[in-house]
Amino acid sequence: MGSWNWERASELLPLMLEGLRILLFVTAVASVIALGLGLVVAIVNRSAPRAVTMPLFAVMEFIRNTPVLVQAVFVWTLMLMISGTSASAMWTGALVLGVHYASYTAEAYRAGIDGIPKGQWEAITALSLPKPRAWFAVLLPQALRKSTPALGNYVIALFKEVPILSAIGVAEMVTQVKGYAGIHYGGSLEGFTIAGLIFLVISYPVALLMRKLEKRLAN
Amino acid sequence: MDFINNVAEALPSYLVPLSVTVSATLFGAMFALIVAFSLGLMAGSKITVVRGVARTIIEFFRGTSLVVQLFWFVVVLPQVFEVRFDAVLVVAILALGMNYGAYAAEVVRGSIAGVATGQWEACVALNLSYWQKMRLVIIPQAWPEMIPPLSTLAILLLKGSSLVSLVGLADLTFHAQVLGRRPDQEMLFHLGMILVIYFVLSYLIAAGMRFLERRAKRGIGQEPVATRRPRAKDAVAVG
Repeated sequence: MGSWNWERASELLPLMLEGLRILLFVTAVASVIALGLGLVVAIVNRSAPRAVTMPLFAVMEFIRNTPVLVQAVFVWTLMLMISGTSASAMWTGALVLGVHYASYTAEAYRAGIDGIPKGQWEAITALSLPKPRAWFAVLLPQALRKSTPALGNYVIALFKEVPILSAIGVAEMVTQVKGYAGIHYGGSLEGFTIAGLIFLVISYPVALLMRKLEKRLAN
Repeated sequence: MDFINNVAEALPSYLVPLSVTVSATLFGAMFALIVAFSLGLMAGSKITVVRGVARTIIEFFRGTSLVVQLFWFVVVLPQVFEVRFDAVLVVAILALGMNYGAYAAEVVRGSIAGVATGQWEACVALNLSYWQKMRLVIIPQAWPEMIPPLSTLAILLLKGSSLVSLVGLADLTFHAQVLGRRPDQEMLFHLGMILVIYFVLSYLIAAGMRFLERRAKRGIGQEPVATRRPRAKDAVAVG
């Protein structure tokens, strides 16, 4: 019971790799939503009237300060009510994680935008650049440089949060281990250990890369 | 009217789950702070071995997923040592504390390294021992700098505490799902309600930490500058 079983480990490995594939897919979809939506929120916060930004701030604050697990179960329940059994846990999970992390990336973008020297804004006014041009040609290229390391860290964090979606049945690694252990009355030692190692092997090098980038962009 | 009556009857049953969430957060945070200071001081050490041990533990807990760590602590460890833990809450608190403690260790290390060089030199000039230096000079000045990022981590810990429901602990998240499945109850209502409870708890944490920050700054004679709610950019961890 208490010791490592190689046979079980080798049975688990293909399941874990299938789980990893789903995990990476969810990470990719959620990252695209988080990076895109966060940018939209940050730009809207800078350029829209208060009647828009105040409610938006409240919503983002609420999302940021409540557990993503509860958010996922909430939206999943809602999806099942609306579309019945045809709802996809994987897409729902990716959407919830993406929107949750958008509330963080919006802040990272905001910090980047705040770091743009005042003279740049004045130059935009002086040249009377149209808004889209001002954002895409002047402001964002400068802001993104400052935000990149923080954004990268959020993508790593998001990657590590995907197992939360086992609560709504997304078949990522933790769900696979639980499924296997439920049938075979064993394998959680091997499964959760392999899962931990896979996380470490993927997220640690990426984190090191982000730290290097942070140092380089700081100069 | 039936629904309202049913809900009203169910509400008092939230008291115990709320206490599980609050104690997981509170004790988790206390343990995380101990871990953070131990690992943070070790990571700033001049001795390579001490620094290496701290770095390994920090990177291990930061590099793997909290969900996996929780399952490892609660499900795998009892198997490996062939014991049975009756107090799953305690084990979950240890897992939460180690995970967020590892993130907070970086905050502690960074703030200590950020104390002005003159202060370190003064300690050498006064021939203070390591503990005197840390206790009397360095940590009191680093502490106010640590509080805003630690506040963000405390809120992440509160949110992370909901994961104990995945290993079967009856916290708010667990209770809402059990209650919501009853035929006379509405799942979305219960989930929505605990979302609001989590939100209120996180604001209480933020307010408490702002109070601590003001006091800590006054303690070392700094102006209590207009403190803001910690921004997400301070956050690095999961939740």
